[in-house]
Amino acid sequence: MFRTVKELVEIAEKENLLISEVMIRQEMDIKNKTREEVFAEMERNLQVMEKAVEDSLKGVQSVTGLTGGDAVKIQTYMQDSTPLSGHLMLDAVSKAMGTNEVNAAMGVICATPTAGSAGVVPGTLFAVKEQLKPTREQMIRYLFTAGAFGLVVANNAFISGAAGGCQAEVGSAGAMASAAIVEMAGGTPQASAEAFAMTLKNMLGLVCDPVAGLVEVPCVKRNAGGSALAIVSADMALAGVVSRIPCDEVIGAMYRIGKQMPSSLRETGEGGLADTPTGRFLKEKIFGTTV
Amino acid sequence: MKYNSVFDIIGPVMVGPSSSHTAGAARIGLAARNLFGRQPKWAKIHLYGSFAKTYQGHGTDFALAGGLLGFPTEDTRMSKALQIAKEEGIHIEFFEDSSKTDHPNTVRLIIGDEEDSLEIVGISIGGGKVEITELNGFALRLSGNHPAILIMHNDRFGAIASVTKILAKYEINIGHMEVNRKDVGKEALMVIETDQNVADDILLELKESEHIIQIAKIVS
Repeated sequence: MFRTVKELVEIAEKENLLISEVMIRQEMDIKNKTREEVFAEMERNLQVMEKAVEDSLKGVQSVTGLTGGDAVKIQTYMQDSTPLSGHLMLDAVSKAMGTNEVNAAMGVICATPTAGSAGVVPGTLFAVKEQLKPTREQMIRYLFTAGAFGLVVANNAFISGAAGGCQAEVGSAGAMASAAIVEMAGGTPQASAEAFAMTLKNMLGLVCDPVAGLVEVPCVKRNAGGSALAIVSADMALAGVVSRIPCDEVIGAMYRIGKQMPSSLRETGEGGLADTPTGRFLKEKIFGTTV
Repeated sequence: MKYNSVFDIIGPVMVGPSSSHTAGAARIGLAARNLFGRQPKWAKIHLYGSFAKTYQGHGTDFALAGGLLGFPTEDTRMSKALQIAKEEGIHIEFFEDSSKTDHPNTVRLIIGDEEDSLEIVGISIGGGKVEITELNGFALRLSGNHPAILIMHNDRFGAIASVTKILAKYEINIGHMEVNRKDVGKEALMVIETDQNVADDILLELKESEHIIQIAKIVS
């Protein structure tokens, strides 16, 4: 069983396997299940992700009214004009936000690795899909690759905002997506690790400061940012750019930074954006209590 | 390792908005229900740390109620669970507790009915994954990664042997086991993680062996 990204990449290189294949074999081994069973379970998760994006494009609204409808706005803009950041990029952003809008509206989503960051992995997958034209199996493999990297983060650092801030949630999700994009685009396991490191480096220090303690503001828009960054890092890694700080050390830095974060910036809704005049006003409006 | 399956990371399928505060809370509620063995009539729920600060925004309250009702994380009735619990006659009270805990997402549930009650402490460690850290005052560490049986028994010689003998007879392998007691000769708790789910008829046989008070199981 791999404990670090280094070990994961070494297994893949030594046995000439994709990262996704290392993850699939390990899952079969620990759960004592067949390849078909493990694939079927991931297929179910993929279908939930597809349904969430589909639902979001019909337009959703959260109970509080704080979020919803932005995914549709972006899709409309993409049809009417040429987006400056490119079609694929904005498509990912819109589908990531859409998934998170569905989550905020208490719809059904698949946590990747968490619910608050559930938009990034599927958002990037469905956007990249349009250009790379993967098979269904490759789409499922995308999720196994993302999951393999996510496991390392979860076991060596954290994946929840309450424990380590948003860097642990959207940071991890974006980094996982980068690694998966690289594999789908035909990059090496090591290039996946580089992409992962470069995304996470750019997310270090990001706090979890939800307004009124709700998974809405700024979560939906951070899923947008995480997706965009994931694609940029994947391209950088595919171009041959490497991270000066090795992947596992970046994860270690993320862990130590999270440990140093005060609890007011770890999903308590007390600091950062939650503690702005507007953040406090919104909380009072929603719950009728002052901060 | 805290996380060992890819589906701990890509998953669970769940009703939003938070994997730790909603899905994790539902799983702790469900674990409490399973350990109690039936639907409770009342619940006193103490929330700590981030749970206490943000439970309304994250739906931690309805998710815990959903778990007590037996709802899985993806059950779309989740957001109405508080009302459904009321309709089903479960009286639930929430307390925001400012005491310091080791983990920011900690909850203590005391549930019961006319006959019995049970107290558990659970933590939600991220991505919907939970651990049970306390049961009726006994410290334990139950990850939910494997099926497990929890056996409340009298602290007497032979109690452990009689249990392991039955498990051996049915070729059930023990992956991890711990025994805790409050005092010499008093109530004690065996926590046994197994490689296979333990069938109900085996549980029945275990329950009838000497010095055993109560048995609950957790299916992985």
